Amino acid sequence: MKARIHVMLKNGVLDPQGEAVRHALGSMGFDGVQGVRQGKVIELDLDDGATEAQVGEMCEKLLANTVIESYQIEMI
Amino acid sequence: MKAAVIVFPGSNCDRDLAVAFEAAGADVTMVWHKDSALPQGVDIVGIPGGFSFGDYLRCGAIAARSPICQAVVAHADRGGYAMGICNGFQVLTETGVLPGALLRNAGLKYICKTVGLKVETSSSAFTEGYNAGDTVNIPIAHHDGNYFADDETIARLKGEDRVAFTYTDNPNGSISDIAGILSENRRVLGMMPHPERAADFGHGGTDGAALFRALTGALAPA
Repeated sequence: MKARIHVMLKNGVLDPQGEAVRHALGSMGFDGVQGVRQGKVIELDLDDGATEAQVGEMCEKLLANTVIESYQIEMI
Repeated sequence: MKAAVIVFPGSNCDRDLAVAFEAAGADVTMVWHKDSALPQGVDIVGIPGGFSFGDYLRCGAIAARSPICQAVVAHADRGGYAMGICNGFQVLTETGVLPGALLRNAGLKYICKTVGLKVETSSSAFTEGYNAGDTVNIPIAHHDGNYFADDETIARLKGEDRVAFTYTDNPNGSISDIAGILSENRRVLGMMPHPERAADFGHGGTDGAALFRALTGALAPA
């Protein structure tokens, strides 16, 4: 089984990379993009029977820095 | 004073930091990241700049979970002295020894230049060689030096006189121009600028040397 983890900067934390992407889209003629937030996706290959709670602990202890990032776990 | 300098794969300021400690009169031991204990009797642990573990995942994240960092956290919890410079500051925030986090520079560029720092407090073993309000010139070299913490944390740092240095001309977007902070007991310093790169006449400036001299003075055996 797999877990897919989406890690994003929290709302209120400036995302200069997202802002640079938004700026580039605008200069390429893509109008109407109000904001861009850039995050990352981490996929874990897990032993059968692994639980979302275990993945949550991995996120809290390593995969996300909860001072600045939020995460969402998808078990697939 | 006995100093230990931690070496991670990707550290590149470890020897510079050791030289600066030695020039101030310290005995220095280099400690590999896989070691799980600090040498006996260490007074201060230095976590150097560089790109530990290639900055993978987040700057300092993987180093902060290495065996030696557990010993560093225990040392700090016991009231031991530690300082993290640049990547070392990132490591200390990732361990939770210091609050906040270092984000990508607001201008997105890696910045390598000498900047002006205002000494915000002389009340620590690291900064007592300066006068509060002094301006010193120290180099920075980082891509992720944009200090961030929530409003409550920033208010606390200021209220408790724990901001050690601010930038005179903010290069990276750090909240409140913060360049370096102290722990609650004032025995752990984290800073993005590199005092060890301004500690010898050959460096073109020696404003960082007072930090190492003050430390050896404060931590000399009684």
